[in-house]
Amino acid sequence: MKNRIKKLLTIAAACGLTVAMMGCGDTSTDSNADQKNSQAESQATDDNSSDANITGKVTMAGSTSMEKLCGALQETFMAKYPGITVTAEFTGSGAGLESLAAGSVDIGNASRALKDEEKANGSVENIVAIDGIAVVVDTANTVTDLTTEQLANIYTGTITNWSEVGGADQNIVVVGREAGSGTRGAFEELLEIEDACAYAQELDSTGGVLASVAATPGAIGYVSLDVVDSTVTAVSLNGVAATEENIIAGNYVLSRPFVMATMGEISQQSEAVQKFFEFIQSDEGKEVIKAVGLIIPE
Amino acid sequence: MRKGETIAKYIFLVCAVVAILAVFSITGYMIYKGTPALGSVGVTELLFGTEWAPTAKDPSYGIFYIILTSIVGTAAALLIGVPIGVLTAVFIAEVAPKPLAAVVQPAVELLAAIPSVIYGLLGKMILNPLMYKLELLIFADSTTHKYTGGANLLSAILVLAIMTLPTIINITTSSIKAVPASMKSASLAVGATRIQTIFKVIIPAAKSGIMTGVVLGVGRALGEAMAINMVAGGAVNIPLPFNSVRFLTTQVVSEMAYSSGVHRQVLFTVGLVLFVFIMIINLLLAKLKKKGEVEA
Repeated sequence: MKNRIKKLLTIAAACGLTVAMMGCGDTSTDSNADQKNSQAESQATDDNSSDANITGKVTMAGSTSMEKLCGALQETFMAKYPGITVTAEFTGSGAGLESLAAGSVDIGNASRALKDEEKANGSVENIVAIDGIAVVVDTANTVTDLTTEQLANIYTGTITNWSEVGGADQNIVVVGREAGSGTRGAFEELLEIEDACAYAQELDSTGGVLASVAATPGAIGYVSLDVVDSTVTAVSLNGVAATEENIIAGNYVLSRPFVMATMGEISQQSEAVQKFFEFIQSDEGKEVIKAVGLIIPE
Repeated sequence: MRKGETIAKYIFLVCAVVAILAVFSITGYMIYKGTPALGSVGVTELLFGTEWAPTAKDPSYGIFYIILTSIVGTAAALLIGVPIGVLTAVFIAEVAPKPLAAVVQPAVELLAAIPSVIYGLLGKMILNPLMYKLELLIFADSTTHKYTGGANLLSAILVLAIMTLPTIINITTSSIKAVPASMKSASLAVGATRIQTIFKVIIPAAKSGIMTGVVLGVGRALGEAMAINMVAGGAVNIPLPFNSVRFLTTQVVSEMAYSSGVHRQVLFTVGLVLFVFIMIINLLLAKLKKKGEVEA
């Protein structure tokens, strides 16, 4: 009898615990969010007591590749300026600029430079960040430089042996990212080999690509420039090394600007939009851009 | 006392309701999310199409090779796992001296407790390089082979085979142990050798238990994602041993993050296909169990 009650209590306690844990999960995120908010508020009051009072809306549409950047900027910006709502749609660079031209959004996002005809209607190209992609091989590989044509041929499967590009007689193992990955999209777009790649391995993370290239003799892969480490060798393209300086100078092929285009100069925009750009150019904004693996333009 | 009984009854009821609700809501949700793509892409094109290019300008969403990979991979893993598993179970239950069995069985149980990501990690770091060496040997003269660096179907099959072992061994061991001692004694008494007794009497008598283990092994292999995602290469190809392949599970795992629109819908359909497979396995299991009860 006593035993039974004990058991019963244990079961009840277990159930209670589960519920409590579930509850805990919820409350902890809540309190996290609260903390963030209050932090942001206190920061806001520190910086400028009027920041929190600015109300308004920033709408943007465009490049899917900029989703991560926009998400990060949105989050930190809205925490700092609780009165401003930032909304973003990811419809593609071209569509974003069209929406801007049509006046339906404040900012048109494009993961490429604006074309002349797009600038002709008054759109202004504001480069907020630069995306750089490094091509990496395993450290034992003797090839240190590739031309863009060679690189494209390797990825489309025309070149299958390193000896064809001046390396050892070794097969090339082509490593890349999964369909839908922004890095893959940018890489294929910049080399103009969209949907023509013959991958040996399609991995779903930057770390996976790095690990695979490091461990496989003869492998080649591409990753965001900021994650390249000593386990792999980054090859130069057309004789230009994959460095931040070269990318900022515009000499390195595998890079693209992330543009937040506005209709007219930034100074002609609404207060909310101006604050948004002010935030992007602040140290805090730059931290956010760096945190998502992008390069700050000069 | 009475009050305690009533409270207990309701606690049990609530717990049961949670489980049942989960099953129904998951089933409902998978059908709700998984069927739209069948309509927008077309059933034949989706299920029997062989080209997977979801982000192309003119996208195609054929998952036939992916379905085939899951079936071939699971079948091959079982082909390796079942004989090893059943013979190990015989060893533990019948052949091994007690002290040895006392070491082997916990070791097998430990195998089951190892997280799948560990299998994946070891597979990537040890199995893939070995496979690459094998690949270089076998295809030394081939000019058309696409080198995978060892991340291929064969690696995935080996990892899956090892991962299904504990399930098969544990269930088979207990079903062999459940064979009445009188049957064994009778067989030995009429002059059958020990090996004859094992293969002609004990294993047939434990058949339904062994089948249950096999079916559960199929379920485990079919549903595994993490480990094979790390060793199988992940390009969508026809499932040949040295091809980089993608399974139903790894398809969802690797592309869900950045997918959108129809691409995302199709991933739900992939999930639904997997779900249907698992349901079939479970129905089979229920039938086997019923049959086992009738026999017993």
